[in-house]
Amino acid sequence: MKLIHKYSAPKRFYELAGMLAPWFATLTALLFISGLYLGLYWAPPDYQQGNAYRIMFVHVPNAWMSMMAYVAMALFAAAGYIWNIRLADILAKVTAPLGASFTLTALVTGSLWGKPMWGTYWVWDARLTSELVLLFLYVGYMALQASIDDARRAAHASAIIAIVGLVNIPIIHYSVYWWHTLHQPASLTLTSQPKIYITMLIPLIIMSIGFMFFYLTMLCVRSRSEILWRERRADWVRKLVESRS
Amino acid sequence: MTGGVLGAMRAVFLRELLVFWRRSTEVMAALVFFVIVTTLFPLAIGPERRELMVVAPGVLWVAALLATTLSLNHLFASDYQDGSLEQMLMSPYPLSAMVLAKIAAHWVLTGLPLALLSPLLAVQMALPTKAIGTLVGSLLLGTPTLTLIGAIPAALTLGVRGGGVLVSLLVLPLYTPILIFGAEAVAASAGQGFASVAHLSLLGAFLALALSFAPWASSAALRVSLD
Repeated sequence: MKLIHKYSAPKRFYELAGMLAPWFATLTALLFISGLYLGLYWAPPDYQQGNAYRIMFVHVPNAWMSMMAYVAMALFAAAGYIWNIRLADILAKVTAPLGASFTLTALVTGSLWGKPMWGTYWVWDARLTSELVLLFLYVGYMALQASIDDARRAAHASAIIAIVGLVNIPIIHYSVYWWHTLHQPASLTLTSQPKIYITMLIPLIIMSIGFMFFYLTMLCVRSRSEILWRERRADWVRKLVESRS
Repeated sequence: MTGGVLGAMRAVFLRELLVFWRRSTEVMAALVFFVIVTTLFPLAIGPERRELMVVAPGVLWVAALLATTLSLNHLFASDYQDGSLEQMLMSPYPLSAMVLAKIAAHWVLTGLPLALLSPLLAVQMALPTKAIGTLVGSLLLGTPTLTLIGAIPAALTLGVRGGGVLVSLLVLPLYTPILIFGAEAVAASAGQGFASVAHLSLLGAFLALALSFAPWASSAALRVSLD
């Protein structure tokens, strides 16, 4: 708790994030290069899907990250709302566009994968549909953030909507899932991935960890610029700017 | 005032009814919207009864959902402008109880008439007669949940520019489960699926869940907006 207090001062976090960002970026690059190499060359083609399945190494980590980022965003927002931690507000705010882009990437790669597999870009598959609703939740959160000028009110208002969204996500997910099973013929379960082989699992895990570090890198970079903007009238920012110029 | 929290809730409820009643154009607007949207669909799809019958549950439910969303802006806006909300905030009774009373009054004047009017539109949309009871039942169970959930974004966007569009943007993703089971219940009793009891029970469960957390969340939202 002492450590949290020490580093939750925006200035301290600015320095900490500046120190961590290059390391995270290097790790991300290493993981991406090795994951993509293993995924695109080392892993064998799928007996059913040929080489088309390889988009999975981007699609699946993004789908995972889209949900993890929402949970992270809601938890940051809740912490900011409950304990009035300004840093948590900042982290929640900068997580939203990152999560939205993970969601969008998952949707786009999913539909690109769907074209050769299902013969169409879009199916009202349960997972696709709930991913789309997740994108709408992100967009709503960002729109609310953007339309309130006062930073504190914006943070608290969007925190409430993020928490309400978090409560609703499982309900939405299972509703869509049930709705899907009521409507779609059972043959579409073919679309679920066949049992995954270890040679495909290793690159998938590496890519997932890579995307996690990518998120951490971007979190550091984006929260640094957000901190600078919010503290633009503070003394330390002015000194920083003067020392650079 | 006597009667503690319940007395306060009753007073808020009656006041809301009176205020809404005197501004009846706003109440009517949501109903008229419901009727017009439903009327537009046959014009776009075509008058064949068989086709209308298939889309009727979805169309009626989407129209009811949009009409409720449209009416959400009136829930707190005028009380926010004339300062009554701040008075409620300062009263010794829990804000969530009074928000619940406000939501209840709002539903009595928008959701309830909407559900009562729906059989007429169901006939227009060629919905089988046996499904009309389920339609009214699902709307009676579903529209209070819509108002309860919608009160949260309505409270959050008070005094925010572009508030009206923002409310729909925030609330429509949250409405998906209710839309799914509401429309599904009607479709089921029209003979397109399983029995509708399961869907209606789920709508009831959503209502119970929303009743327990939505007044609390929207009073937190009001505190943020009035800060």
